[in-house]
Amino acid sequence: MLFTVLSGLITSGLLIPFGKFFKSRWSVLLACLPILLFVYYFSYIPDISLGKTFNQEINWIPSLGVNLSFRLDGLSLLFSLLITGIGSLIVIYASAYLKGHQFLDRFFAYLLLFMSAMLGLVLSNNIILLFIFWELTSISSFFLIGFNNQQKESRKSALTALTITGIGGYFLLIGLLLIVYITGTASIDALFAQASFIQQHAYYPYIVGFVCLGAFTKSAQFPFHFWLPGAMKAPTPVSAYLHSATMVKAGIFVLARFTPILGNTELWSYTLLIAGGVTMVYAAIHSLFRTDLKGVLAYSTIAALGMLTFLLGLGTREALTAALVFIVAHALYKAALFLITGIIDHETGTRDLTLLSGLRKVLLPVFIAGTLAALSSAGLPLSIGFIGKDLIYEATLHGPQQLALYLTIIAVFTNVILVTVGFYAGIKPFLGPLPEAFQKVHLPYRAMWVPPLLLGILAFILGIFPHLLGGSLIQASLQVMDISTAPVNLKIWHGFNTVLLLSIGTLALGTIIYLVQKPTANKLAFIEKFNNLSPKHIFERMGALLLRFSDFYTNKIHNGYLRSYMLKIIIFAEVLIGYELLNSGPISIDFDKLSPISFYEGFNVLILIAAVLFTVSTRSRLSAVVGTSVIGYAICLIFVFYSAPDLAMTQFTIDTLTVVLFVLVLFRLPPFLNFANKLDKIRDGFVAISFGVILSIVALKVLQEPFETQVSDFYGQYAYSLAKGKNVVNVILVDFRGFDTMFEIVVLSIAALGVYSLLKLRLKSSEKE
Amino acid sequence: MRSSILQTASQYLLPILLLFSVFLLLRGHYYPGGGFVGGLVASIAFVLHSFANGTENTLKIVRYKPLSLIPIGLLIASLSMFMPVLLGLPVMTGLWFEEPIPVIGMIGSALFFDLGVYLVVIGVVLTILFTISQNTH
Repeated sequence: MLFTVLSGLITSGLLIPFGKFFKSRWSVLLACLPILLFVYYFSYIPDISLGKTFNQEINWIPSLGVNLSFRLDGLSLLFSLLITGIGSLIVIYASAYLKGHQFLDRFFAYLLLFMSAMLGLVLSNNIILLFIFWELTSISSFFLIGFNNQQKESRKSALTALTITGIGGYFLLIGLLLIVYITGTASIDALFAQASFIQQHAYYPYIVGFVCLGAFTKSAQFPFHFWLPGAMKAPTPVSAYLHSATMVKAGIFVLARFTPILGNTELWSYTLLIAGGVTMVYAAIHSLFRTDLKGVLAYSTIAALGMLTFLLGLGTREALTAALVFIVAHALYKAALFLITGIIDHETGTRDLTLLSGLRKVLLPVFIAGTLAALSSAGLPLSIGFIGKDLIYEATLHGPQQLALYLTIIAVFTNVILVTVGFYAGIKPFLGPLPEAFQKVHLPYRAMWVPPLLLGILAFILGIFPHLLGGSLIQASLQVMDISTAPVNLKIWHGFNTVLLLSIGTLALGTIIYLVQKPTANKLAFIEKFNNLSPKHIFERMGALLLRFSDFYTNKIHNGYLRSYMLKIIIFAEVLIGYELLNSGPISIDFDKLSPISFYEGFNVLILIAAVLFTVSTRSRLSAVVGTSVIGYAICLIFVFYSAPDLAMTQFTIDTLTVVLFVLVLFRLPPFLNFANKLDKIRDGFVAISFGVILSIVALKVLQEPFETQVSDFYGQYAYSLAKGKNVVNVILVDFRGFDTMFEIVVLSIAALGVYSLLKLRLKSSEKE
Repeated sequence: MRSSILQTASQYLLPILLLFSVFLLLRGHYYPGGGFVGGLVASIAFVLHSFANGTENTLKIVRYKPLSLIPIGLLIASLSMFMPVLLGLPVMTGLWFEEPIPVIGMIGSALFFDLGVYLVVIGVVLTILFTISQNTH
């Protein structure tokens, strides 16, 4: 399993240097990878159906309990198939949709990176590993959403998506770490057995809260839903992939994964029921009034995600079955609808529902695909959507006694609207007269219209032969989430009962609304007015406030003056150390233990003091520099006296070079400007003297402590026997602490590159802004 | 400020200081010295030369951009770091030849690591100083 995740990551990495080859029409070859992965996972269906699970574990950071540990069971197989299956179609589609785009190679690199991250997420058997892949999906989706990086709007929505899902990821991490903290294990396998322990633990409510926050942000639950409509700025294949089968389902997946661990409690159920219920009703109402095709799909996606959360919250066996079937049904029809929207946009140049009509005359196969998808979304009998809808009603009707009625009402309400908006997206653009402007529209490449058609047909195949899905994947997935092993029986025909009535009623009502209600620009404008109260607006206001604060903060603290930074750093250190010194009691100095001061040491100190006085009082910049270098050399001498030749040598050369550097820079500056007024000078002097005093006290205090020789003994003892060196300082630098040195020279190199590029940078006039 | 005394002196001081820097580099493992100090001394040699003769003339002697020393040095240091991995040992294990080489003494991966440090330091110091001096004069 590891290789399936790595293959995508590696391919995506290779696309950066070797991507040019795939910019041409060969880009469709990249679809081989997801197709192969799909076939690979498809071959697991028989085994998984029998209830087996496959584990793979490779040590990564065993000391932290973080391992490359993967687990293939029903649930992860279901998601893996969706990710790779729809991923293959998206790659094929995108190779035609973005044909000739200058960054096509980059696009596929992001897409494959994202696909691998999703695969890793659903296959993880270690919750820390799961989190790593979770974050990777956030990051890679940032690049996908912001792919049209020339547009400001696109960049903004990518940033919004990253911020929201990033905040969510942070909360998820807290939740996961709490789980690890109380159970001592990060392995999902092991956590299954500890479910009741976790649920009785005092931290359980916090864990549920944090995990849910993470999942809700990712799966666009109210009030975090607004990043999803914004993410529609992405190229359509991206929207199709992210919002049908992958990104937004990641949150749902995590909720499903944690159902056997955290679920089946009132807290869990009510949290999910309320969040899901509010989201689906809110988003359903909004979706009715959108005029942008992608906007319609975005809000209906949010509604569907709300429905899924809602079903997981209900948590009965029927509800879980319904959720799993609905995940598949939704992925199929929503991906198809997005792809169709992409074709319409690509061919006509608009996605405005009020303008589009009559396209069946020019885009017949697309029309067929759209109709199939819309009918599956509406839940017409013989489609997988119908079975999904039936299961949903069955679950709500059999829900808790006092709630069943209300749950059913909001489920019906949402579904009615989903029927309507499915028709808006899949059928409406194709009906009616063909306007003049679209006469010349022609069918796009086969690579574009075949994928949605396939998805539409698949929705009906699974609808007609539901046991294909039910007996295998759904059954095996349920086994992971629910202990009982009763067989799942998905049927086309349940007989005449309340559920069927509800289904037919939903379909009829949805069709009526479709015929009566038309989205128009006026209605959109009306509903937009409510935006001032929406969470999006509130978040934007908070963002603006944060920017104002950071402006203020930057001006006050990061004002760009080195002297001001120095002052703040030193004062901070003084306060910190001074406070600690005051608390640590009086110092007593044992003068007998100090070594006697020799003549040349005393003389050296006199030179030091003279140099300090000279530096402070001189009126020339250059002599100030010379003064400081004399101070530096005098300190070097002290190192020599106390037998630290390596330190002295280095300090000596560094001081020399610093003077040279100063001279080079100062050469250009005006003679001497008196920046500081008297008051500032007194302040600086006070700060400097007190810092010196504090450091002296610290140095004297150190003498009070018993001298710990363990470390120096170790180096002294082993420098020669282990590292074959007699100069302990150097052995430490190049051997014992070689890693530090390595990173230090890397840092030095970066500094040099920084200076070099800053000074050598010559912008073309077109690049200057 | 061209001084002919300094110019003449720097002609002789440059090779002597460079030799001294190599000496410092090689003896570092047993006596005071090492790649870092050695690199600094070598840079000072070039800086002295550039003070006397102008940065352009020094760059002519060096032939290559000091910037190119940085990747070479980093490469040598990281190679010596990862060499033990090829032999199945942990990263940065010290590897040594059995017999000492005349003049140089014992040769091991630590020496190559130090050589990398030496080159990086020269590259960094000269890049920074020469870039600034070329931009200010």
